[in-house]
Amino acid sequence: MAGKKNSGPLHRRHILRAGLAGAGAAVSSGVVAADFVPAATQTPGKPMSTYGVPSPHEANVQRIVGAAYPVASPGTGSSRTPLHLLDGTITPAGLHFERHHNGIPDIDASTHRLLIHGLVTRALEFTVDELLRYPRTSRIAFIECAGNSGVNGAPQPPQTTAGAIHGLLSCSEWTGVKLGLLLDEAGIDSRAAWMIAEGSDAASLSRSIPLAQAREVGILALFQNGERLRPEQGYPLRLLMPGWEGNLNIKWLHRIKLTDGPVHARDETSKYSQLQPNGIARQFDLIMGAKSVIIRPSVGMTVPAAGFYEISGLAWSGHGRIAKVEVTMNGGQTWKEAELTGPVLPQATCRFRLPWEWDGKAALLQSRATDEKGNTQPTRAALMAQRAPGQIYHYNAIQSWQVMSDGAVRNVHV
Amino acid sequence: MFKPLVVAVALALPVQAVCAAETPHLGKPPNPELLKAWDISIPPEGSGLPPGRGSVVEGAAIYEAQCVMCHGAAGAGQPADRLTGGIGSLTSPQPVKTVASYWPYATTLFDYIRRAMPISAPRSLTAPEVYALCAYLLSIDGIVPKSAVLDAKSLPKVKMPNRGGFINVWNSSSAESK
Repeated sequence: MAGKKNSGPLHRRHILRAGLAGAGAAVSSGVVAADFVPAATQTPGKPMSTYGVPSPHEANVQRIVGAAYPVASPGTGSSRTPLHLLDGTITPAGLHFERHHNGIPDIDASTHRLLIHGLVTRALEFTVDELLRYPRTSRIAFIECAGNSGVNGAPQPPQTTAGAIHGLLSCSEWTGVKLGLLLDEAGIDSRAAWMIAEGSDAASLSRSIPLAQAREVGILALFQNGERLRPEQGYPLRLLMPGWEGNLNIKWLHRIKLTDGPVHARDETSKYSQLQPNGIARQFDLIMGAKSVIIRPSVGMTVPAAGFYEISGLAWSGHGRIAKVEVTMNGGQTWKEAELTGPVLPQATCRFRLPWEWDGKAALLQSRATDEKGNTQPTRAALMAQRAPGQIYHYNAIQSWQVMSDGAVRNVHV
Repeated sequence: MFKPLVVAVALALPVQAVCAAETPHLGKPPNPELLKAWDISIPPEGSGLPPGRGSVVEGAAIYEAQCVMCHGAAGAGQPADRLTGGIGSLTSPQPVKTVASYWPYATTLFDYIRRAMPISAPRSLTAPEVYALCAYLLSIDGIVPKSAVLDAKSLPKVKMPNRGGFINVWNSSSAESK
């Protein structure tokens, strides 16, 4: 009975279209009003489930996986959030970008420990159960990999989706324990100025972080979007430094060592440092800059017809709140301030929207974010002039999308 | 007009009492053996480097057995990172960032190899093996002589070619000014 009606609505819509085209032919062929009743209203639906999953009709909404060494180390690489298939600001946990340096460890929370040692009055060890007994705090914050958007540094602009270019960016509500509480419990030695955070993955990934700021803003995150962290986001414990380089938001966090200076780990010397044209590299440039990107439209989408089109995108800054996002449809000749919808939170993505009356002619779209501290997104030319060739970290330049007269979108460097 | 003040003072006392109990203080002293096993961070001055020593010759053999398949002959790279060469290229149109040309400290090499390599079996190399790999890799570009034997004393003294090539922008500009 149910099977017979499964494709009902679509089938009837086809009839309806045929009817319109045939100027009343459907009526004369005997279709009655009952045939337009949606099948779903005529059949009992599926029962409840213990954990919901997206509609099977949205199966294309997936992370964009890039394995750096598929044979030698399939767990090394990244997957990007499909920004172009989402809206709003909160990233579903299962679509939060990943960057792993040797796979996702399988950790039983009951065996996990957090060690705090080094320049402290007393070294301390905590179980996860103990951490769950501490007072908790929640905040919405983006995490952006410092390598995000770096492909736009290439001489030829990649003709790929907004997610594939900019999707090493996600935003979640994070809940956990203020790092400062535990640092104070251990007792900070007056010589301590930095801390090393280390994960218990197969890279034992470690980064040095200025201690005063870590104590002030750091969160030991246990929950993401209301549920315990996903394994790929650091279950059972990750460090959250809102607005700082994604790489130092250490996942699977198991050790914090207070030190008088940075350890100069591989990921803060060899990687995540920015070589300038003069051969000197900027090291410990730790906060992600003001940035925005138009997501609708972007490569892979088509502006369907002249007339109304809502431009929208995301803006964020590691330095605080977004103050304004300006959008140009003519390559910077004139700029209009976009509406920021929803709460504009510090170190969180905000959604901007702007109605556009497209005249059907080629148009060059750009967005430019400014944060509350006055940091403004640079042009690509200005950013590239500060970098040695091939340097991709902290790429926050203005994204340029060329809308062609047929509505297709191309990534262009201007 | 005094009344609100009195109320404020009265409220302040219990609030303070609550602050004192803001955290349950559940941390326990770690097992000293666990602390020793976990503390694998090696800063530039070399504190925490383990006992043991390794030579260029020993390192070459370990490299051939465990590293060459990803990092290429003599650290030339592919599929994984290039480790050698590129000295002097950082200001060129095609900068080549390798251990030899870019890394400021030899201690980082020890720290990283010990914690993360080989990628199929991290934490499997002994301290002498890690010293030996450091010696071999650094010898390829002549940063240490072919006769070098590295240990906790000599490794931090290795002068990397790009030692002066970094500015710590965190220290040179405070977060508040941004």
